[in-house]
Amino acid sequence: MSSIEASMSRRQLLTMIGTAAGSAVMYNAMTTLGFAQASTYTGPIKLEGDPKGASVLILGAGLAGMTAALELRDAGYKVQVLEYREKAGGRCWTLRGGDKYVELGGAVQEVKFAEGNYINPGPWRIPHHHYGVLDYCKRLGVKLEPFMQVNHNAYLHHTEAFDGKPQRFREIASDYRGHVAELLAKVVNQDALDETVTPEDAELLLESLKTYGVLDENYAYVKSNETSEYRGWEKEPGGGVDGAPIPSETIGLAEILQSRLWTNLITGDSIDHQGTIFQPVGGMDMIAQGFEKQIGDLITYNAKVTKIDQNEDGVTVTYVDSNGGEAEQTASADYCICTIPFSILSQIEHNFSGEMTSVIDSMYYEGSVKFGLEFKRRFWEQDERIYGGITYTNLPISQISYPSTDYFSDGPGVLLGGYCWGATAYQFNALPPEERVARAVDYGAQIHPQYTEEFSNGVSVSWHRVPWVLGCYGIWRDKEAQYAAAAAMDGRTLMAGEHISYLPAWQEGAILSALDAVTRLHQHVVSA
Amino acid sequence: MRFLQLALASALAFTPATANAQSDSEMMFKNPSRLTQTEGKDIYGAICAGCHMPEGEGAVGAGKYPALANNETLEAAGYPIYVVIHGQRAMPPLGRVLNDEQIAAVVEYIRTNLGNNYTDPVTVEEVTESR
Repeated sequence: MSSIEASMSRRQLLTMIGTAAGSAVMYNAMTTLGFAQASTYTGPIKLEGDPKGASVLILGAGLAGMTAALELRDAGYKVQVLEYREKAGGRCWTLRGGDKYVELGGAVQEVKFAEGNYINPGPWRIPHHHYGVLDYCKRLGVKLEPFMQVNHNAYLHHTEAFDGKPQRFREIASDYRGHVAELLAKVVNQDALDETVTPEDAELLLESLKTYGVLDENYAYVKSNETSEYRGWEKEPGGGVDGAPIPSETIGLAEILQSRLWTNLITGDSIDHQGTIFQPVGGMDMIAQGFEKQIGDLITYNAKVTKIDQNEDGVTVTYVDSNGGEAEQTASADYCICTIPFSILSQIEHNFSGEMTSVIDSMYYEGSVKFGLEFKRRFWEQDERIYGGITYTNLPISQISYPSTDYFSDGPGVLLGGYCWGATAYQFNALPPEERVARAVDYGAQIHPQYTEEFSNGVSVSWHRVPWVLGCYGIWRDKEAQYAAAAAMDGRTLMAGEHISYLPAWQEGAILSALDAVTRLHQHVVSA
Repeated sequence: MRFLQLALASALAFTPATANAQSDSEMMFKNPSRLTQTEGKDIYGAICAGCHMPEGEGAVGAGKYPALANNETLEAAGYPIYVVIHGQRAMPPLGRVLNDEQIAAVVEYIRTNLGNNYTDPVTVEEVTESR
């Protein structure tokens, strides 16, 4: 087996899923992996009318649960939230220095990052068109800053190309575009497109290719001052006596094609990754903290739900202390909004309908692994002039994302040292955390040799080992057939969370599903 | 084509440098879409152990991963074969990352290790038929 296949990008994963599983699964995966449609959020919801003292029990204090709690409380409902963890947020989660994370199997990771450094094990980006998340950030006073997705000065890397030496994104992108433009211009000039393009449009096409590909007067992509304006210079323009720049050599088409470095050229062009894309200042869980400030008094923490019983009078939920207590407690309400991931809910005693039960029991959660690596200094900035953005590689770590904050600071910095899916994630999941981190450091050192000298400490989160979700997002077996049943009100309960949305794995999906659930619940209550 | 030949040659020579290399470490991450281990024990260690844990002891959080150690539901090979291929509740289907030979090998491993002693052989045909 050639290690030319040794890593997988989202796009490659999609190709594989499309081939293996057909278009329905492909669509599901596309929306998940970031090729999705815009949010349907239209502004803060208005729950008008008297809830007549109705009470709602919300299971789970992630973004879906807290959105529901905030809106229902504001509309006059009596609200109680049960949360398994000791804090709110769910997958909206940030690890900082001083945090302790215990994964399934008992391995303990004490995060040793310096003050101000962090890693978001779950969601880490907020696209410009996720209006729901953005609006709640504004309402909750959560400060946002740009997340650097595309950085032309970051790298594209393949172990079997260019002797394993990483190439600047800018050079591959400019040269690939230039060569493709040159080839197409040749075809036009050979009159090979006469049946497809009118003579007038052929002229315009040639003109546009010259601009688009930075071609010379003969429609050739060559070493020149013009192409160096895009791909970079051999010697940068300067001042004074020796200020004249020296243009750089271009890389040949065959070499680029065979390198497969084109694989991730348009990853940042999908609507979910286009600029502007945001992150909360200080870590993703600033959103969770913002919600917690508003409705934290409604949350019962360390509550492990063991049974959900609904009947014509209401819903009663049994729970025990998450830290191993045996003593059962109960909470009751007129209605329930359940945001417990189906991977967990399928193991809890309940009396939902047979149809709902079959959906719950059929949903498994995808595996994924992230690494937060702290280095003694920001060598990527100081040595390589990389300020934020992402390097892509065929190594098992798949990518390295540089921090989009605190540029030029002298202290230690934290990289996302890997973000893996598929068979790679399964295998990292089977390793103890310290070995996962050690391997991520070894792999990353093939791109940044400074890793070896500068590495300080690291943490890794494998989502199949996260005790309260058993994966990172829900996978539908047959979304088309099952979705309506899962979204429908079942007795006195409505489900909400990223899994009840067409934006799976995105926080926007969690918020939109919660808003839809509370809207329908409210209509039911006021019309009863 | 010369590039491809070179690529293949260097791929064969490529061994990730690892601080804590295990015996099967060079078998890991060879393919982004599939596992490439062939021995039952190695397959167990590279995928099953991630959730069911190295000694098959399982794990408990808000939900749980069931223990495979001393597990009577492994008595008939058809059951674990089916669950590995198709998944069950929180367990993902693994039929796309493991081939029939690998599934037969790992099912045989868990049925004869981890405190289990179901010694009737697991055949590749049984796996193929269960797909």
